[in-house]
Amino acid sequence: MSTVRTSPGLLAAPAALFLIVFMLVPVGLMLYVSTLERGAFGGVNWGQHTAIAYEKLLFERDLAGQIAFNSDYIAIILRSFRLAAVTTAVTLALGIPTALYMASLPPRRAALMLFLVTVPFWTNLLVRNFAWILILRNGGPLDSALATTGLVTPPLDILYTPLATGIGLTYSFLPFMILPIYVALERIDRRLIEAAFDLGADRWRVLSRVVLPLAAPGIAAGAILVFVPCLGAYVSPELLGGGKSLMIGNLIQAQFGASRNWPFGAALALVLLLVLLVALALLASVKRRERLAS
Amino acid sequence: MNDTIVAISDVSKRYAGAVQPALAGVSLDIRRNEFFTLLGPSGCGKTTLLRLIAGFGMPDSGQISLDGKLLGQTPPNLRPINTVFQSYALFPHMSVAENIGFGLEMLGQPRETVRSRVTEMLRLVRLEGMGERRPAQLSGGQQQRVALARALAPAPKVLLLDEPLSALDLKLRREMQIELKRLQTETGITFVFVTHDQEEALAMSDRLAVMRDGVVMQVGSPENLYDRPANLFVAEFIGEANFWNATCLERSGAGGRFAIGTSKAVMPVAEAQGLAEGAKAVLVVRPERITLGAAEPGLLHGTVETAVYRGSDLVVHAALAGGGELRARLPGSIAAAGLIGTATGFAFPADAVRVFPA
Repeated sequence: MSTVRTSPGLLAAPAALFLIVFMLVPVGLMLYVSTLERGAFGGVNWGQHTAIAYEKLLFERDLAGQIAFNSDYIAIILRSFRLAAVTTAVTLALGIPTALYMASLPPRRAALMLFLVTVPFWTNLLVRNFAWILILRNGGPLDSALATTGLVTPPLDILYTPLATGIGLTYSFLPFMILPIYVALERIDRRLIEAAFDLGADRWRVLSRVVLPLAAPGIAAGAILVFVPCLGAYVSPELLGGGKSLMIGNLIQAQFGASRNWPFGAALALVLLLVLLVALALLASVKRRERLAS
Repeated sequence: MNDTIVAISDVSKRYAGAVQPALAGVSLDIRRNEFFTLLGPSGCGKTTLLRLIAGFGMPDSGQISLDGKLLGQTPPNLRPINTVFQSYALFPHMSVAENIGFGLEMLGQPRETVRSRVTEMLRLVRLEGMGERRPAQLSGGQQQRVALARALAPAPKVLLLDEPLSALDLKLRREMQIELKRLQTETGITFVFVTHDQEEALAMSDRLAVMRDGVVMQVGSPENLYDRPANLFVAEFIGEANFWNATCLERSGAGGRFAIGTSKAVMPVAEAQGLAEGAKAVLVVRPERITLGAAEPGLLHGTVETAVYRGSDLVVHAALAGGGELRARLPGSIAAAGLIGTATGFAFPADAVRVFPA
């Protein structure tokens, strides 16, 4: 039997094909659509190119055709970044202690906790966010529970505010923070922790000088896994934020729906993608420089 | 200078779920500035004892004290005792210098002190100029030195070493044995060294304790343990020896005369306390104490099966007349050719024999 010689290029073909079909083609299509004229009743006029979709991000034309600066969309993008950042910060604050606790458990109990963390995924995201409407609404369980403590006077008026969106996002994305941090903590060699204790470190310094630095890759992965999808979140702001705290995901959805402005929707999506890519590239280069420095 | 620095009294420890206790009533006094070794096969409790001294886990009963003060529940970070771990356990995210400075920093030493002490430690373990490297960039032997420097930097009262040489190859091991001994002498810190390698233990220790099944079998200097093993286990575990079944024929004074195996060979023994005439016994003789003798009835003789020339000595295996085997290290000047296959007489001085009840 002769050996079949396979070039590495051929072996990579399925993966390459997958990336081309599901990644490059859609992105290319989006790029193309974003340069087209919008159709009067939705859709686009194929072949009619214009840069108006990108212009619309920063400027608006008044009725007289004068171009004026418009910060509305920038405000939505900034709000999206802010909400995503706050959500990432809150999930970090909740996720690190939870993961630390889980990693300290004996294997059986840790497996149970791991299971409990993933249980919410069994229910549809829409349903879970809808449940939060019922919890957060005036006269709902949270409202009446807090009212009995006497600390606040009802109604709370939380629902349909950025706070409600933040609560919904935090709830939805917390497992994405806990899981990678837990995995990173689990991998830490226990003997390193013993060595730190042995050398005179108290609990806090074992945590800050050894455990957390060693779990940093997991913490970074969790932060990216929460921040990126949060930025484009659609369900939570739609259901819990009402119309008042639109996020970029909702804005994009509106362009393909009610606003019938496909090119603008495509342009928004591309700008979001570009900003994220630049941010991740910066992060990667910082990491690489750190590695090189060491 | 025989004052005790670590006193272990009647310490017992049983791990949850284990049938056998890991330590069963261990008492030891470790002296200031000595190189003390805990020697034993795996599972003998030596590592458990080391961990209890370090503060990782508490004894079920018994006490450990350091410099006359009971350690009790004192956690590892508050004990002036540092450990060199078997796997080194260097912090991979810190440079060599940061690793070595870690303990000093935890003690709250000012930055300048830490820096100069780190430089000093790097020089002590002969790693000058390696401070900025990461542990992963070092060889196994270098990592070993960093682990040593890190544990020595805060100048602990006692340094614990948990089989630190087991991951190194033979050549490096030999080098590190000498290195460790040098470090111990130079720093004047008490070293408590754990190993299952008896050769290593003999080469490095001032005193050692042989352990088995959570019990200390014997404590003493290497010479003491080698020449005067207190029991068959120690005799077997340390060095090579001949073990012959024997019967006590006659007692006179401290010694007596013993018949070896079923042969008619009768050998004098200088010390045979506790054995009555007619008692079954095991005679233990080190191979290098055996010399050639007359091949006569009534003396020890047998047929030489192999004779291996090793330069300095000739290692001889013989089948004894009347059953049993003999292993001897004869001077290398004796010609092997003349011995093999011939009936040869063997002899040993009466004080070279240790006798244990069978």
